[in-house]
Amino acid sequence: MKIAVLSGKGGTGKTLVSVNLAAAAKEAVYIDCDVEEPNGHLFFEPKPIGAEQIAIKIPVVDENLCNGCRKCVEFCKFNALAYINNKLLVFDEVCHSCGGCMLFCPEKALAEKEKMIGQVQYGISENVTVVTGILNTGEASGIPIIKNLLNYAKKEQAITFIDCPPGSACIVMESIKDADYCILVAEPTLFGVHNLNMVYELVNLFDKPYGVVLNKCLEGENPAEKFCTEKGIRILAKIPFDKELGKLNSNALISVRECEKYKDLFTSLLQTVTEEVQHEAVVNP
Amino acid sequence: MKIAMPVNDSSMESCVGNTFGRTNYFLIYDTKTKESSFVDNSAATSQGGAGIKAAQTVVDSQVEALITPQCGENAAKVIQASNIKIYKILNDSIQDNINAFNNGELSLLEKIHGGFHGHGGK
Repeated sequence: MKIAVLSGKGGTGKTLVSVNLAAAAKEAVYIDCDVEEPNGHLFFEPKPIGAEQIAIKIPVVDENLCNGCRKCVEFCKFNALAYINNKLLVFDEVCHSCGGCMLFCPEKALAEKEKMIGQVQYGISENVTVVTGILNTGEASGIPIIKNLLNYAKKEQAITFIDCPPGSACIVMESIKDADYCILVAEPTLFGVHNLNMVYELVNLFDKPYGVVLNKCLEGENPAEKFCTEKGIRILAKIPFDKELGKLNSNALISVRECEKYKDLFTSLLQTVTEEVQHEAVVNP
Repeated sequence: MKIAMPVNDSSMESCVGNTFGRTNYFLIYDTKTKESSFVDNSAATSQGGAGIKAAQTVVDSQVEALITPQCGENAAKVIQASNIKIYKILNDSIQDNINAFNNGELSLLEKIHGGFHGHGGK
């Protein structure tokens, strides 16, 4: 069972929810797909069990074979190639590693070289296997790392929580692609509603079953809750705007492991989500 | 000497475009014969890497100088690889810039900006 946790912006509580859900389960896998700034490991402090370097393929030209026909330059939709002064220039950071230029080259002058863009780290923290994707600073796209993370998730039998990057761009689409269920985390503000709407549209587009966790709930009006009621979206849980929780979280402690009250809240949320997924599996097999 | 300039429209009465990679046209002007021609900038609608493609267009026009309001680092790499000099515009008037260039009054573009990469790739 794979549960993706996402939100339209950073700081709404994706990591809070996914880390604590994983900690509340008997046995779980936590996958940090927020490869530009992964922070789940700060909470879990996992004991390392392995790491894997992630590389992409970039074209290199053999100048003795290149005849300057420019078929590769014309083909590249990302404009990663230019032909200047009888020399092919390759812009590594613009290349999307599609491999098309190599296929099109009639002289077979292009070969592949590997370029390291980041790594995936594996570790154990009590009942949770922690898998963290890390994109090197300055690299353009974390998608290859997320692909590797999700390949790992495919082989996993235990309940898996995918902590997504913020927003609703390609990198989030990639992260939720294989999910059985999506948890949308929302803040109780008008801005929060705007961001919730972005991911709400995304999960609908991907035809994923989903529910909302309202975070930072205060007394009084909650625009995000109103949005859910109007759209008929299932509210899975409400997490209060609570000093104790805030303090635990800012000290990188896992609330479920520190405080009975939050152990109950997240265990109950886990129960709700599990039932939702099982229900979905019956209704839409 | 042939020079290039990003311009908004294919006319000498138009003005200098405010970007390089995504300008509508490039003016190719011969300072000796005073002949002008306009090249469509097919990079304007690129998903990404517009600067690289636009620079390729400029290089292929066999100019010796580029006069532009700005230039990104990837575009600059292409331009400089073919020994074309990059000058900063004086104002947005095509004719003023040509006159200034002819009188040696334009200075070289010193600030090459980082550009914006990774469009939609994230």
